[in-house]
Amino acid sequence: MFKVVTSRMIVPNMHLLTLEAPAVAREAKPGQFIILRAEEEGERIPLSISDWDEQMGTVTTIFLNVGRTTDRLSRLVEGQQIPTVVGPLGNATDIEKYGTVLLLGGCYGIGSLFPVARALKQAGNKIITVVEARSSYLLYWEDRYKDYSDEFVRITRDGTKGYKGHVDRLPEIIKDLGVTVDRVIINGCTYCLKRGSDATRALQIPTWVSLNPIMIDGTGMCGVCRVTVGSVTRFACVHGPDFNGHEVDWEELLQRRKTYMPEEVVPLRTSKSKCEEHSQQR
Amino acid sequence: MAEPKKKKQLDLVRRDMPKQQPEIRSHNFSEVALGYAAQTAVEEASRCIQCPKPKCVENCPVEINIPGFIKAISEKDFKRGIKILKEKNCLPAICGRVCPQEEQCEETCVLVKKGGQIAIGRLERFLADWEAVQGKLEMPHLPGKTGKKVAVVGGGPAGLTVAGDLIQLGHEVTIFEALHKMGGVLVYGIPEFRLPKRIVEREVDYLKKLGVKIRTDFVVGKTQSIDSLLEEYDAIFVGSGAGLPWFMEIPGENLNGVYSANEYLTRLNLMKGFLFPEYHTPVKSHKRVAVVGGGNVAMDCARSALRLGAESRIVYRRSREELPARLEEVENAEEEGVIFDFLTLPLKYIGDENGWVKQMEVQRMQLGEPDASGRRRPVPIEGAIEIIEVDAIVCAIGNSPNPLIAQTTPGLEIGKKGNIVADEETGQTSREKIWAAGDVVTGAATVILAMGAGRKAARSMHEYLMSH
Ligand SMILES: Cc1cc2nc3c(=O)[nH]c(=O)nc-3n(C[C@H](O)[C@H](O)[C@H](O)COP(=O)(O)OP(=O)(O)OC[C@H]3O[C@@H](n4cnc5c(N)ncnc54)[C@H](O)[C@@H]3O)c2cc1C
Ligand SMILES: Cc1cc2nc3c(=O)[nH]c(=O)nc-3n(C[C@H](O)[C@H](O)[C@H](O)COP(=O)(O)OP(=O)(O)OC[C@H]3O[C@@H](n4cnc5c(N)ncnc54)[C@H](O)[C@@H]3O)c2cc1C
Ligand code: SF4
Ligand code: FES
Repeated sequence: MFKVVTSRMIVPNMHLLTLEAPAVAREAKPGQFIILRAEEEGERIPLSISDWDEQMGTVTTIFLNVGRTTDRLSRLVEGQQIPTVVGPLGNATDIEKYGTVLLLGGCYGIGSLFPVARALKQAGNKIITVVEARSSYLLYWEDRYKDYSDEFVRITRDGTKGYKGHVDRLPEIIKDLGVTVDRVIINGCTYCLKRGSDATRALQIPTWVSLNPIMIDGTGMCGVCRVTVGSVTRFACVHGPDFNGHEVDWEELLQRRKTYMPEEVVPLRTSKSKCEEHSQQR
Repeated sequence: MAEPKKKKQLDLVRRDMPKQQPEIRSHNFSEVALGYAAQTAVEEASRCIQCPKPKCVENCPVEINIPGFIKAISEKDFKRGIKILKEKNCLPAICGRVCPQEEQCEETCVLVKKGGQIAIGRLERFLADWEAVQGKLEMPHLPGKTGKKVAVVGGGPAGLTVAGDLIQLGHEVTIFEALHKMGGVLVYGIPEFRLPKRIVEREVDYLKKLGVKIRTDFVVGKTQSIDSLLEEYDAIFVGSGAGLPWFMEIPGENLNGVYSANEYLTRLNLMKGFLFPEYHTPVKSHKRVAVVGGGNVAMDCARSALRLGAESRIVYRRSREELPARLEEVENAEEEGVIFDFLTLPLKYIGDENGWVKQMEVQRMQLGEPDASGRRRPVPIEGAIEIIEVDAIVCAIGNSPNPLIAQTTPGLEIGKKGNIVADEETGQTSREKIWAAGDVVTGAATVILAMGAGRKAARSMHEYLMSH
């Protein structure tokens, strides 16, 4: 069993969870993920590692509440336990001295890019952090990036802070900053990864994305996480999760992620009907 | 005056084991075979002629004293029977259910020529189940501690055997398992209707009672490397299995609705997807499922699909005679209504406008000249290309060892197929202090072979530990 050390909502619908998992904390590297189960009957789901503390033996993850497991996770309180935390899984993000690296984070990616920013900064890179959200109130962790990022740029779809629009504005941002970017790394939801990769293709900047297909074991056993990259089939959990964003078959990934969509709403439907039943009884 | 002793008449009638009726069992995940009643077991055991040089034993990978335990059953001394059985096989309830007996012990039983070979597997299962209902497990007497620590990687049959053997020799044993449940393929692959998971749990509990420590959710090579484990442990056994699924690399394999056998079975078994939404891992209900392959894995997938309500077919490129699956399971599948498309090779999978698989283009084959394996090779019938309508495909054409440990353990010799190279007799790998056995060494094989190899490795590890 793995103990919950911290659990809180950091912005609406986005939660931070710190778990006691010393073996994972000891080996964690930027860009890796864990797989957890929230309860005995639960599904195994992958979540990126957003930070860790080897001394305390804890790992932190940030997640968007989208379905049954993340909903359950969001209700956990300090001191509760969950049955499975396994990791660190996947390959670490390549940390080298590239020169100027632009990190683009949306959604939970703002969290999961944080250790990447830290490590790349320590490796001597100039770091440009770009964070993206629907509105400014959904942005978080700006203070944590302070020491590790040379430029900090915001994009909000409603224009409440920074650039207005989507990650498509990346080329403009780069131009405005007047820098040559040697590498782009994107974390976040699939659309953000895809559109970000599209935006850097014309600029010919090497772009790496952390893919998030459906997973079960996370060790290469089930093959559900397969993605086509450069016309080769790869297992995201063992060959990735980072891949060259310009080579990913995005249509296929978006398609495969929808496999269980009709089923995922079943429990929501049934719990709703229970709720209705309940209110009728009263 | 006593009658002159008459030679016992040969009884050549194998006693049937009751099963759930096909119409019923094809709609549930409960165990198909129900096991012998005590009376039937005694009758079946009494048919054994107790050969002085028992042929059956020669063909048993772990050399169980077969006539010995059978005699005990015939004398209704089940307690003695299970004791004899367990001398050589620590997982009898499992082997009694899944071993390919018809090509092992039963194949060489002297009565096979007369068509009445003893149902050794069923008797094995009977004793194991009898012991379980008795409730009282007899715990072996454990020797004093040697002070040596052993790490076992992987909680499948190989790892369980090594752990059981080494703890009974006084060593301290910890099993590290990547998944959240112990048992390897026994829990994530083989379905409930063939091997109820509580049986595997029982065996694992027994090991725990003997003092084996268990760390699930621990991926060796990720959570900690072998070399780092070696700082704490005196020896390591690797039994990580062959869990990396193969695909055919034909067009359309990444369409929605195309699964590896491992994904399909893991959702159902390990994650109990057949109980969705009570259990949270979703499985899709399909109308027409085609399973590609002809081994045990393929049968398990096809029979699972059937139980989830689909029309289910096996697509296999050779003919029925060449099916590598256990005969009993092929027959079960046939009875339950699985359709078999023999001499059929998938060429590509065709999707609909939303990226879901809808058809499978196949090449019909015929048998040609025998190949190196002596089996007649399937060759395409020119122009015989057809379309099979499907809404799901399960690819069950094989697995190879996961490269994780190979990649993270420098100096470990790896074979061409990604397998760990280990001595057949001792399980010793190219590195000191590291042993390996089971599917990770041989490629996908059988439970009993993994156990047999594990036992040899345990012996060799014990020798090493006691002399270092
Ligand atoms: C390597 C990897 C790392 C990941 N890291 C993170 C992370 O750090 N934080 C995080 O929040 N998520 C992360 N994800 C995605 C996360 O695994 C899924 O959001 C999670 O499985 C959803 O589980 P659930 O049971 O709550 O929802 P489900 O019941 O499985 O899904 C509910 C519905 O939401 C849709 N859906 C699923 N995921 C998302 C999503 N991310 N955005 C929008 N819709 C979605 C599904 O298609 C489904 O229809 C990662 C995925 C991978 C493969
Ligand atoms: C669907 C199916 C049906 C089968 N039917 C039969 C049958 O009827 N009869 C029969 O005799 N055989 C059958 N087999 C084959 C048999 O199950 C295997 O040969 C046997 O389980 C091999 O045992 P093993 O211990 O070597 O490996 P496995 O059973 O594969 O166990 C390996 C274990 O190691 C774990 N592991 C892997 N990597 C790591 C790591 N890095 N760190 C920690 N743990 C790790 C895995 O999670 C797994 O639990 C079947 C196989 C399948 C897939
Ligand atoms: S070979 Fe057959 S008859 Fe002879 S001892 Fe073995 S099981 Fe009995
Ligand atoms: S999640 Fe199973 S192979 Fe990647």
